Amino acid sequence: MAHDTPEKIRSHAEHEYLKKKRSTEMRHQLTSFAIMIFLTLIAFTMVAAGFSAYLIVPIILLLAAVQVVLQLYHFMHLSNKGHGTVAFFMFSGMFVAFITVLALVTIVWW
Amino acid sequence: MDLNKRYTAQSWPDHPETATLEGKNKFVGFWLLLAAETVTFASLFATYLALKDRGPDASEFTAAGLFELPLVFAMTMILLTSSLTSVYAMHHMKNHNFKAMQAWLGITVLLGLTFLGLEIYEFNHYVHLGFGFTTSAFSSAFFTLVGTHGAHVLFGLSWFIALMVRNSKRGLNMYNAPKFYLAALYWHFIDVVWVFIFTVVYLMGVIG
Amino acid sequence: MSSLAQKKGFGAFIWDYLTTVDHKKIAILYLISGGFFFLVGGLEAMMIRIQLMKAGNDFLSAGLYNEIITMHGTTMIFLAAMPLLLAFMNAVMPLQIGARDVAFPFLNSLGFWLFFFGGIFLNLSWFMGGAPDAGWTNYASLALASEGHGIDFYSLGLTISGFGTLIAGINFLVTIINMRAPGMTYMRMPLFTWTTFVASALILLAFPPLTIGLFFMVFDRLFDANFFVVEMGGNTIIWEHLFWIFGHPEVYILILPAFGIFSEIFAIFSRKRLFGYTALVFATILIGFYGFMVWAHHMFTVGLGPTANAVFALATMIIAVPTGIKIFNWLLTIWGGSISFTVPMIYAVAFIPSFVAGGVTGVMQAMAPLDYQLHDSYFIVAHFHYVIVGGVVLGILAGTHLYWPKMFGTMLSEKLGMITFWFFFIGFHLTFFIQHFLGLMGMPRRVYTFGADQGWDLFNMISSVGALFMAIGVLVLLVNVVLTQVKNVRVGNDPWGDGRTLEWAIPSPPPFYNFAQTPLVRGLDTYWIEKMEGNKEGMVYAEPLGDVHMPNGSIIPLIMSFGMFVAAFGALYFLDDTKPWALAVLIIGLGITFGSMLVRSLKDDLGFHITKEELIEDAKRGGNTDGLK
Repeated sequence: MAHDTPEKIRSHAEHEYLKKKRSTEMRHQLTSFAIMIFLTLIAFTMVAAGFSAYLIVPIILLLAAVQVVLQLYHFMHLSNKGHGTVAFFMFSGMFVAFITVLALVTIVWW
Repeated sequence: MDLNKRYTAQSWPDHPETATLEGKNKFVGFWLLLAAETVTFASLFATYLALKDRGPDASEFTAAGLFELPLVFAMTMILLTSSLTSVYAMHHMKNHNFKAMQAWLGITVLLGLTFLGLEIYEFNHYVHLGFGFTTSAFSSAFFTLVGTHGAHVLFGLSWFIALMVRNSKRGLNMYNAPKFYLAALYWHFIDVVWVFIFTVVYLMGVIG
Repeated sequence: MSSLAQKKGFGAFIWDYLTTVDHKKIAILYLISGGFFFLVGGLEAMMIRIQLMKAGNDFLSAGLYNEIITMHGTTMIFLAAMPLLLAFMNAVMPLQIGARDVAFPFLNSLGFWLFFFGGIFLNLSWFMGGAPDAGWTNYASLALASEGHGIDFYSLGLTISGFGTLIAGINFLVTIINMRAPGMTYMRMPLFTWTTFVASALILLAFPPLTIGLFFMVFDRLFDANFFVVEMGGNTIIWEHLFWIFGHPEVYILILPAFGIFSEIFAIFSRKRLFGYTALVFATILIGFYGFMVWAHHMFTVGLGPTANAVFALATMIIAVPTGIKIFNWLLTIWGGSISFTVPMIYAVAFIPSFVAGGVTGVMQAMAPLDYQLHDSYFIVAHFHYVIVGGVVLGILAGTHLYWPKMFGTMLSEKLGMITFWFFFIGFHLTFFIQHFLGLMGMPRRVYTFGADQGWDLFNMISSVGALFMAIGVLVLLVNVVLTQVKNVRVGNDPWGDGRTLEWAIPSPPPFYNFAQTPLVRGLDTYWIEKMEGNKEGMVYAEPLGDVHMPNGSIIPLIMSFGMFVAAFGALYFLDDTKPWALAVLIIGLGITFGSMLVRSLKDDLGFHITKEELIEDAKRGGNTDGLK
């Protein structure tokens, strides 16, 4: 039955391999964290430095988007196997989110 | 599912969070909830953007005049770091290292509490300046957007704490592994929302 | 843990329903409460038609009339149509995919009770100082000016029941994604399951904007916020956008499951495989997708500007295409079939021209310039009643007849069913067809009366007579239900004789574990395939007979929902100086909700197992006992 998970005991070698794989993964996570911090720093610095708003706004929005992609794909494992369906729904959600924001910034005041 | 079944690091499945049907259901259902939350926050952001800086004619409060970056920067760093510490916690969950997982979750909770404390301080500061929930359309939109995020932080923290306390004696099993995993996902999502808050509300607010 | 309970007392019976997590029982709860609210909404409709029967009528005062039209719309959409469809989804969808229950039985129950308490809360407004009176769309400019607490009942009640609906949507999605029987690929799913899937996806993404809009409304009216308060910098158009970003997908949330029911009916009673199954599936998905891009056609006259109007007009016209594809597929399913005109089939056949009429007037209104003329007139009223009644309500009535045997184990009388149908169908067209012309003649929507010199008397009279016909039809249906249950003639697995999908392969009503053995699906119309190959059992199995795992019942969903109900009263009177206890009530209510949530998460609930021996014994007794617990 679906409720009982067949137990699989890994051999020592398998186990060591997996552990190593996980440590590598964790190192990648650290890298993405470093990138996130870096991107955040850039965003804050740009604003603090007082560049033109027309330059800053698109760039910091882009930086935010990159950060979110890192969070979703690395921290939240959206790219992993078995995430296809949920990724589809997540993107549908983002699509609705996008048109909602678009509508309320464009056709509310005139 | 037998709660008393003991696992070792070697018998612990690769993906304990989706190893049972219940786990799989929770996993998919929770991601769907996050999709709904995305739209929820989009509605809040959209309203905030539409009402930004709008107030009664005499209103002196604008985003550019109100927000100060150093505090926001600290909050951002703290929340980002807490996202990483929860990744560490899940790393140890997958290695079936319960103690390390609890420790990292503990750090996550502490960081989250600090974040929440700073947010409360910030809100309190604004209220003292005369910028309260009912001051203007802008203030209502701001407090609702950022406050909803804060409420999510509070809920996430309570969730972590409940899980840690409840399972402190019995360790990891197939019943609670998905719960820990989802709580961590929730925490990352809170961080995702914050990325947009600090960009759209604070950074874009300061430059006017 | 499990024992064979036999006779149960009345108290135990009630307790069973209060704590049930069985999708079939929850379906019955949805059916009963949805049916109740359908009658309430119908009563309100009758009062509207009595008031408009003649010029200058004084049956209702203007203010009461506003409350009644508001509650009629709100009740029918949120508390009648949606729960009735959720009833069929609950009753049938898990059976169609060969699952033993939904993915989250506990949440299923929670969803129902949230809807239930939200609906009760909303309707309590009648007894507690007046119902909402700003129309079912509750436009902020009107709603903020409304006196009393009517609007607050609306926003708080809908928030609570909206949470319930969202939970139900997530639950169905996960069920379909994760719990299909072996062999049940996406492209083998019955069309009702497909429409449930897409409608649930729409619920998932459309309800959050509504919830947020309602929150703003609550904050503005009860906590002094300024989202829609113009002099404080607010903007009432935000409400309209949020409402319609939800509201338009909502239309498809309602109509798609009805489409699903009709698709099943056409195939069953034409004894043919659905024509163009793939096209029907993709049309469903396309409708779901486009459904999010057309909302502003409800707001053409707001003044969004020509560009926005043009974009949304075009999108609206495009969405007629997949709907047209469906109509042709249904017609071609009937074509050349061996048709039997049972009650469900007659509803389905009547649905096609009725819905097409509503669709055509819809495309007319998609043209923004014409919409300026038609807007806010009875033409609009006629249009949306043609799609909602001609589509959704006919679908619900058809579904009631079709699935009654599966839900209750008895057949509704075909003869009385025909009487219901003819009264309802004639009454429906009598009521609403003429309203198109009333609209063209200039009668505005939402007026409580009109003058004798305006020339609208006769048409309004005809319209009211039509409403009476519909009411008689519904009453006959009630008689039918009572007689059927009193006679209690039990039916077998496949009472229509031509069932095609898995739900017809198991007893009516099914045992609470649905399938003793999970079925193996070998193609579209699983049960039909097995029947054609002479398989007496009706299905092949994917697993040997073994222990079955089932969830435990729980009273917590009810308590949790009750907490929200209590908290809503606290919020309602928050600003009221004469009621200083409001804050305490708010806190206590939320305390109950979050407290029971905590209890739920701290207590292990692993469910129980039915042993193989019990399953064998149950099968010997006919396999449809409800007593195994």
